[in-house]
Amino acid sequence: MNTELIGIIATFLLTLIIAIPLGKYLAKVFAGEKVWTDFLKPLENGIYKLSGINIKEQMNWKQQLKALLTINILWLVYGFLMLIFQNKLPFNPDGNPGMTPDLAFNTIISFVANCNLQHYSGESGVSYLTQQFVLMFLQFVSAATGIAAAVVLFKAFRDKTTTLLGNFWEFFVKAITRLLLPLSIVIALILTFNGTPASYDAKDQFLSVQGDTINASRGPAAQMIAIKHLGTNGGGYFGANSAHPFENPSYLTNMVEMIAQVIIPIAMVIAFGYFIRRKKLGWTIFGVMTIGLFMLMIPTLNSELGGNPALTKMGIAQTTGAMEGKEVRFGPAATAYWSTLTTVISTGSVNGMHDSTMPLTGLWQLLAMMINGLYGGCGVGLLNYFIYLIIAVFISGLMVGRTPEFLGHKVEAREIKIAAIITLLSPFLILAGTAISSYVFANYADAGWATQPKNWLNNPGFHGFSEMLYEVTSANANNGSGFEGLGDNNVFWNLLTGVIIFLGRFLPIIGPVAIAGLLGAKKFIPESAGTLKTDTKTFALMTFAVILVLNALSYFPALALGPLAEYFSMLK
Amino acid sequence: MKKYIIQSLRLTLVLIVLLCIIYPISIAIAGKLAAGNGGGEKIVKNGKTIGYELLGQSFTKPEYFWGRPSAVNYNAAGSAGSNKGPSNPDYLKEVQSRVDTLLKYNPGLQKSNIPADMVTASGSGLDPNISEQGAEIQIARVAKARNISQQKVKELVAMNTLQPLFGLFGPSSVNVLKLNLALDNL
Repeated sequence: MNTELIGIIATFLLTLIIAIPLGKYLAKVFAGEKVWTDFLKPLENGIYKLSGINIKEQMNWKQQLKALLTINILWLVYGFLMLIFQNKLPFNPDGNPGMTPDLAFNTIISFVANCNLQHYSGESGVSYLTQQFVLMFLQFVSAATGIAAAVVLFKAFRDKTTTLLGNFWEFFVKAITRLLLPLSIVIALILTFNGTPASYDAKDQFLSVQGDTINASRGPAAQMIAIKHLGTNGGGYFGANSAHPFENPSYLTNMVEMIAQVIIPIAMVIAFGYFIRRKKLGWTIFGVMTIGLFMLMIPTLNSELGGNPALTKMGIAQTTGAMEGKEVRFGPAATAYWSTLTTVISTGSVNGMHDSTMPLTGLWQLLAMMINGLYGGCGVGLLNYFIYLIIAVFISGLMVGRTPEFLGHKVEAREIKIAAIITLLSPFLILAGTAISSYVFANYADAGWATQPKNWLNNPGFHGFSEMLYEVTSANANNGSGFEGLGDNNVFWNLLTGVIIFLGRFLPIIGPVAIAGLLGAKKFIPESAGTLKTDTKTFALMTFAVILVLNALSYFPALALGPLAEYFSMLK
Repeated sequence: MKKYIIQSLRLTLVLIVLLCIIYPISIAIAGKLAAGNGGGEKIVKNGKTIGYELLGQSFTKPEYFWGRPSAVNYNAAGSAGSNKGPSNPDYLKEVQSRVDTLLKYNPGLQKSNIPADMVTASGSGLDPNISEQGAEIQIARVAKARNISQQKVKELVAMNTLQPLFGLFGPSSVNVLKLNLALDNL
């Protein structure tokens, strides 16, 4: 077997070796049990004290959501102002300008929502101040928000009947002090000692060997790259994200970044099982997600390693696979592996350009983001998957003719209505968003925006349609990667994706937390012979079928117009 | 509600101190111990910076090994890929013209020996590496332009080839800038 394949297999195994114990650790941390990091308690107590927080105060699900939304709205206002006025604020050594209001609107929503869609370029669009005090700050706290929301859901199912779901601030702070910050320090140091800049030095001007004047962008990148992966944020320090040799200097750092971005999503699933004392359920969910991952990854590898058929026709050697938009030090296999991971979970960082991947690779990337719950983002992946579970419970209940139950609580009309709304939200936002942009592209080609619609697309034909579909799908999934050929820094795309990111973030947090809160408060029904068990292989298969059917029905036509059409047009 | 607003404000301020000041500055200080003092590892010649080990440069002269095509022409003030789709007709024409250029400047080169990385743009536009095969096909040209033996150039290529990590993981690669500097130092 070649070294590129061995590399990705080793990466996946290492990921599991780290993520599984991490999951058990997280279950203990959030249950308040003894763990070795308890020496950090004084730090946490200091934070609570300075913030006027009493963690003994228990909150119900509505109070949890109020706290969550309040602090998120505060960050929106704070970040928006900082980005607009960054040119008037200090720590801007490269003299970059302030953001336009529409770009700031898009950027701030994108980072508060853990999406990190970037319509600016890191080298020229932000200052060192905003990189750290806005963007990197939000990468920490948006990930912690998702984790805390998932822990609220955990709490609802731990005890038989409960309305008190713990203290939101405690979960939020602990997600930072016990998980995100310590791991970020480790990863940032690994990156720094392997070549990623970490200092505050400004751009460096020099003459190259052949005499060209080069201005090399630098800055405190390692700190941000660590949390961008751990927090499944994905927003890069440099424009080319983790394809940039400073952002991802070697195959070793590439492995580290691939591991870092997926350990917390996997750990959260394992933690769920341990936390609610139903380990088997955690492992069952993990099993479904992992099979889903492989079903997307194997065909992706297949299509990338085969190379571009159009280049094969030209007679060029593509011994390792397709290379457009990829870096030699990673090779096509690790880039294909990354592209599946980054779309399956909602990181959205890239180590190669998705716009230049093969049509079928694009198909799997899109589908991964449409499903958005195979591992999924920090905390929110599990919340999304929870909705699939509720739908699967409901359909199974109908099939056997019993009132559906989930973990000893009756699932009734109200919960199903919420689940249905959340399920329908994604296709609505994705398809309506793509339809509106296609309409504008076709009918208002000369509209006087920063980029005229006729110049939006970097590629003609079906691939151009895929660029718009990808952008909207990525926004809804809070993924943040892009078919970057799209000319997206203009008022249309900034506003459209801004609104989609906002809805695609907060409704899928509110919905599952509400359902969990409602279910947790209901009378507990002990298991009997007639109970639908949710940790069996049969039910796992059922959930899998629900995920497949819902997404296939919603998105097949759009996928047929984009990547599938391009694929078939290249066959002839 | 008012209570949550005040708590949010205070918590945000405390976390800004922890996450935006203490954390990044500590890493920056630790980075002073890293190669290049945490500011990127420079290559200095005669007291002047002539490049960064990790950042590719544009090489067009026949006596140098060429790097990969770049969408930003190796200007490290920015970074980007071409974002060309695989079926884009303009893109395919561009690739064809790169193939023709390589064939023109490397007499005797067979098309089927040209590796994909030499005719496709990298993701960052700053890729410092080419594949071993990408170096292999240029050896004859470089040796001739410098009037040295192919064997000598071959040795230098081998010396500047980075093998897979631990000999096990990932591809091998050749750092173009380091290889060219080694040639200049002959």
